[in-house]
Amino acid sequence: MIKTENIFKSFEDNEVLKGITTEFFPGQANLIIGRSGAGKTVLLKLLVGLLKPTSGKVFYDDVDFFSLSKKEVRAIRMKVGMLFQASALFDSMTVEENIRFPLDMFTTMTWKEKQNRVNFCLERVNLGEVNQSYPSEISGGMQKRVGIARAIVLEPKYLFCDEPNSGLDPKTSIVIDELIKDITVENNMTTVINTHDMNSVMEIGDNVILLYNGEIAWRGNRDEVLHSDNETLHDFMFASPFLQQLRDSALQK
Amino acid sequence: MFLKNFLYHMGRYTMMLGTSFSRPENHYMYYKETMRQMNDIGVGSLVIVCLISVFIGAVTAVQFSYQLDGTLVPTYYIGYIVRDSTIIELAPTITCLVLAGKVGSNMAAEIGGMRQKEHIDAMEIMGVNTAAYLIMPKVIAALIVIPLLVAIAAFVSIIGGYIAAVPTGLMSDAEYIQGLRSFFIPYNVFMMFVKAVVFAFLLTSVSCYQGYYVRGGSIELGQASTNAVVFSDILILLADYVIAVLLTG
Repeated sequence: MIKTENIFKSFEDNEVLKGITTEFFPGQANLIIGRSGAGKTVLLKLLVGLLKPTSGKVFYDDVDFFSLSKKEVRAIRMKVGMLFQASALFDSMTVEENIRFPLDMFTTMTWKEKQNRVNFCLERVNLGEVNQSYPSEISGGMQKRVGIARAIVLEPKYLFCDEPNSGLDPKTSIVIDELIKDITVENNMTTVINTHDMNSVMEIGDNVILLYNGEIAWRGNRDEVLHSDNETLHDFMFASPFLQQLRDSALQK
Repeated sequence: MFLKNFLYHMGRYTMMLGTSFSRPENHYMYYKETMRQMNDIGVGSLVIVCLISVFIGAVTAVQFSYQLDGTLVPTYYIGYIVRDSTIIELAPTITCLVLAGKVGSNMAAEIGGMRQKEHIDAMEIMGVNTAAYLIMPKVIAALIVIPLLVAIAAFVSIIGGYIAAVPTGLMSDAEYIQGLRSFFIPYNVFMMFVKAVVFAFLLTSVSCYQGYYVRGGSIELGQASTNAVVFSDILILLADYVIAVLLTG
């Protein structure tokens, strides 16, 4: 489990996060949603330690992350996988080399064992025939799946996904969402997903927090979204008249 | 303001070097990366270094031939001047200035591009010491390969001087070789290697620093690449002076 306690983060005079206290649970898809500029990416970067909070704490299973030494931080990061918005695959490496990179760097596995693990991860994300392709030679959806394969290759305890659906068509988005959800449940990982895709909320949102102006404006799960009377949530989720009509008709039924 | 900026960059540069030279997570991965960098820097720069060196030697020979024409200085001195000016100054300095433009800008752009495409963040989250993995192999590769390139540059320059002086009739073959063999001081070769090592360290570490801390978009990446070359060149020339004073004083 990951907990945050009263997190504040400012960039000079601009206060981006204002007292975020929340929990992210294992085996669940924990979603951070909100409009652009709400502070989602900053919160995610704080959770993985790429940024430091102005004040407040982040706990990984009751361990205060920002009080750890560099060595201890590295030990925690060995248990962390992350899928980036633009996949962040290394251009000069093939798909296979990208996925094998964490294994090469941190394990003493034999070449055969590494190869088996890489193949397993590629098959898990339904990519069997792109081992020798370079990231530039495969589609955006495939790149995301390779990113997921790389993120799970060391069997992490925590998985972070920054806008996993950005730039993908709705069908591929659903495939990626379902894949993340399945992997989360299979491995009982604490998965934190940063998104502004309402489909993701309704499909996989086990635990959802809505950020608005750096604060938590709403929290709940996908079943509570339709019935909530929180105006900020409605403005975000059902932004267009068409979606509002859909929601009204769903409620009437 | 200038002093504050200078101290800020010096502090951050020193801290980056401190982090860069720490124990590797996996020696084989670092070895592999160092080999890749040695190939990129060494083999990748060999042609341009040789090309420039031929002309440096040739121009030195022709210029000194012109300047010594009609004087009482023996003609064979041209060979001696080409050899010593090449070994002491031109081979290490010009080669490293050229490498700052070719290798330095490339390093700044490569690391800066990785920063902007979140590759460095991805490695950080995996637990990789990115400063060490991205910078240390480049510096070590440069420290090994650039002195070799400088030695080749000195050799090729001397050949360049020969090509410009002997077939064109400026002097005879015997005179040029007599010049090359006269007044040889092995210490000058030592000075050449000291310069090569110091310049190699400066150009790679400064270029990596510029790339590693790049922020923003393509304009900032271009600026980082330019700064890598400009600052490397300035520091190489400054170090050249300091080494000259220290080793010849």
